[in-house]
Amino acid sequence: TSSTKCFLVSQPQQIYTTATMAAAARFLLRGGAQNSKLSAVSAVNSGSYHHHHRFGPTLLTVSCDTHDARSQPRRHAAHFTFQPDPVPTQYGPTQKMNLFQAVTSALDNTLASDPTAVIFGEDVAFGGVFRCTVGLRDKYGKDRVFNTPLCEQGIVGFGIGAAVAGATAIAEIQFADYIYPAFDQIVNEAAKYRYRSGNLFDCGKLTIRAPWGCVGHGSLYHSQSPEAFFAHCPGVKVVIPRSPVQAKGLLLACIADPNPCIFFEPKILYRAAVEQVPVEPFVVPLSQAEVLEEGSDVTLVAWGTQIHVMREVARMAQEKLGVSCELIDLQTILPWDTETVCKSVVKTGRLLISHEAPVTGGFAAEISATVQEQCFLNLEAPIARVCGYDTPFPHIFEPFYIPDKWKCFEAIKKMLNF
Amino acid sequence: MAALRRVSQQLSVCSHAVRQLTGMNGCRTRLQLRSFGLCGANQQSFDPTDKPQFPGASAEFVDRLEFIQPNVISGIPIYRVMDRQGQIINPSEDPQLSKETVLNFYQKMTLLNTMDRILYESQRQGRISFYMTNYGEEGTHIGSAAALEPNDLVFGQYREAGVLMYRGFPLDLFMAQCYANADDLGKGRQMPVHYGSKDLHFVTISSPLATQIPQAAGSAYALKRENLNRAVICYFGEGAASEGDAHAGFNFSATLECPLIFFCRNNGYAISTPTNEQYRGDGIAARGPGYGMMSIRVDGNDVFAVYNATKEARRRAVAENQPFLIEAMTYRIGHHSTSDDSSAYRSVDEVNYWDKQDHPISRLRHYMTARDWWAEEDERSWRKESRKMVMEAFEKAERRHKPKPDLLFTDVYHEMTDNLTKQRDAMWRHVQQYKEHYPLDAFEK
Repeated sequence: TSSTKCFLVSQPQQIYTTATMAAAARFLLRGGAQNSKLSAVSAVNSGSYHHHHRFGPTLLTVSCDTHDARSQPRRHAAHFTFQPDPVPTQYGPTQKMNLFQAVTSALDNTLASDPTAVIFGEDVAFGGVFRCTVGLRDKYGKDRVFNTPLCEQGIVGFGIGAAVAGATAIAEIQFADYIYPAFDQIVNEAAKYRYRSGNLFDCGKLTIRAPWGCVGHGSLYHSQSPEAFFAHCPGVKVVIPRSPVQAKGLLLACIADPNPCIFFEPKILYRAAVEQVPVEPFVVPLSQAEVLEEGSDVTLVAWGTQIHVMREVARMAQEKLGVSCELIDLQTILPWDTETVCKSVVKTGRLLISHEAPVTGGFAAEISATVQEQCFLNLEAPIARVCGYDTPFPHIFEPFYIPDKWKCFEAIKKMLNF
Repeated sequence: MAALRRVSQQLSVCSHAVRQLTGMNGCRTRLQLRSFGLCGANQQSFDPTDKPQFPGASAEFVDRLEFIQPNVISGIPIYRVMDRQGQIINPSEDPQLSKETVLNFYQKMTLLNTMDRILYESQRQGRISFYMTNYGEEGTHIGSAAALEPNDLVFGQYREAGVLMYRGFPLDLFMAQCYANADDLGKGRQMPVHYGSKDLHFVTISSPLATQIPQAAGSAYALKRENLNRAVICYFGEGAASEGDAHAGFNFSATLECPLIFFCRNNGYAISTPTNEQYRGDGIAARGPGYGMMSIRVDGNDVFAVYNATKEARRRAVAENQPFLIEAMTYRIGHHSTSDDSSAYRSVDEVNYWDKQDHPISRLRHYMTARDWWAEEDERSWRKESRKMVMEAFEKAERRHKPKPDLLFTDVYHEMTDNLTKQRDAMWRHVQQYKEHYPLDAFEK
């Protein structure tokens, strides 16, 4: 029997064509004549993306058609459908942008209006592994958009120093999974700079951006959602957008905010999420949760990618259970808008919080504790948390791991029948 | 068949691409064939014009296997201007500072010494919670501070109080910070010796070690873009230099071309850990070249050597936008802090040697007395006067109230949050109800 050979080829971007062909040649020469066709397909779901560390910037999946009837299952389709918001009319002309283009637009606006602004991190000069900084170095100069050595503690430490000296410092961490070397600089330094100096010094002009969340195949180190670690750190702000418009408005809010901010960008939405986004700068306020859909029976709280899962859950609940859900996008994890969430739970009596990060110590725990303190007598059922399991983020088991719409739907049923 | 033909077409595409890539020398044919392993191993004769092409290093080939031996027996030499008796060794290196300047150096070093004695004692007596002295390292502070411009930005570790004193930070404010009273610019939030001054461009000290090193690089980069010819100096000890942040800061400052002086006080100990347990190479100065950084080692107990090196490093750092590493060799005469008793890990004889035979203050005094700039009566009356100044500030700081407890809750963010307002109000309600258990009288209302 012929075997189906699928393998990953990783090569530097510039000569990927050559290398793919070379790899193909080697494969053919070794494998004999069974496999008659070669075709390169880009990764499902999110387009090609770039591995950190071991695999170089480009991943290419080469799959082979064979005559064998036994074929591999298709890679799992995305667990959500992106729902664009209505086109905003109050911020001037808009343009079709995906999420990474919305980020570029925000950065472009910033570099244009603020001469002190600088953007730095690994690989940002050529445009970044997720293309968020494409074109900015050419437009604004190499002293303003530049690569740093591969060192997250250095990137954040450098960013703090630049902000202390009065520059608007925008630091990119290549994946949120790699933010931990910078944890000391963020928690012990950035967050405490103003407090410990009696407001003589601060690094409010620092913004840290990092790709965040599951992407279908990211596994342990390209899928993490570390917001809970930073939620425990007074002095920083933590912000997560659900869409391109929100990404631009919230990122500009973070940059303008006189406190160090961490902005997590849902990487699965970088290409998948497309909206009409205002071209001019605009700001979405921080620490103000947004009620996306009003409802009377259950409050749903989520952020980032999970909002789109919850939209579908709300629809399913309405269609199959006749239940009206109020959907809230928290947006700012720290400091979080307790008032909007509590007001909603007082109305509905039921709360479901959902996030990809592991359930124990995840941010849903904080929301749960606060809501039960403030709305205890209004609750009709225990607060439900539908989150990742307490495991590292798995590779092949991702479809079983993630808090998908079926798990959320089931949790609503349980709350209604309590 | 069709597949194979396609392969050979693709191969020639590949070859073409490879040729374009390498593009530079006459070895094209060999490279093409070797990379696809299709031709048999074709031994070519050695080409002496065959230079390395690696992007990662600019170097020649060598055909002998030999490891580079690190040189720690005769390491980077130590630059000095005065001998241990304060005599100038090479007159052309004497910075020939004015009498007024030199007297100021001496008075600042001794004032620091006096303040250290009194505050160390005050901790022993339970008046302040903690203290760290600067004994033996006064030369590193004053020599380097004097070589900077007043608006150069200073990042310190915790044993650089003399830099702040040289710049004019008043005794009242040193004491206020140590007592955490209502005059403390830091609003009572940190342990003693965590000084800071915005007016004097001295960034507030924090306890985690070496965190300031990459921050200094970032500040220097921002100041470079401002184009106002300001420099940054970053102090740290030889122990802190082992932290990952030090490696990060060195590398960033070199690659990003920052106008920055790294000033390492190598005082022989990191609490109880001697240098032979801290590093195995030739100290900190030897690491500089590894980062592509200009480096020097100086006698830290020679205030003129420190001055000269810092002055030149500062001039060039700003003119050339590159970092400089100065490793100032010195000795920590005092304990690490009031929480340490160094007799547990070093001999009293060793400490006495440095106190009596090689002290920055006595070496400078010998230099001054040799020029008849300082006599016995000057020494006596200055000791009396400096002690009086310190005691006055001390008594004033003792009497002062602590800051308002509301200040527990402010400056977490630029703005006060609802959450913190609620917590503050809850604290007050609680404290009102249980007021006899809280030290309200010591605090401002």
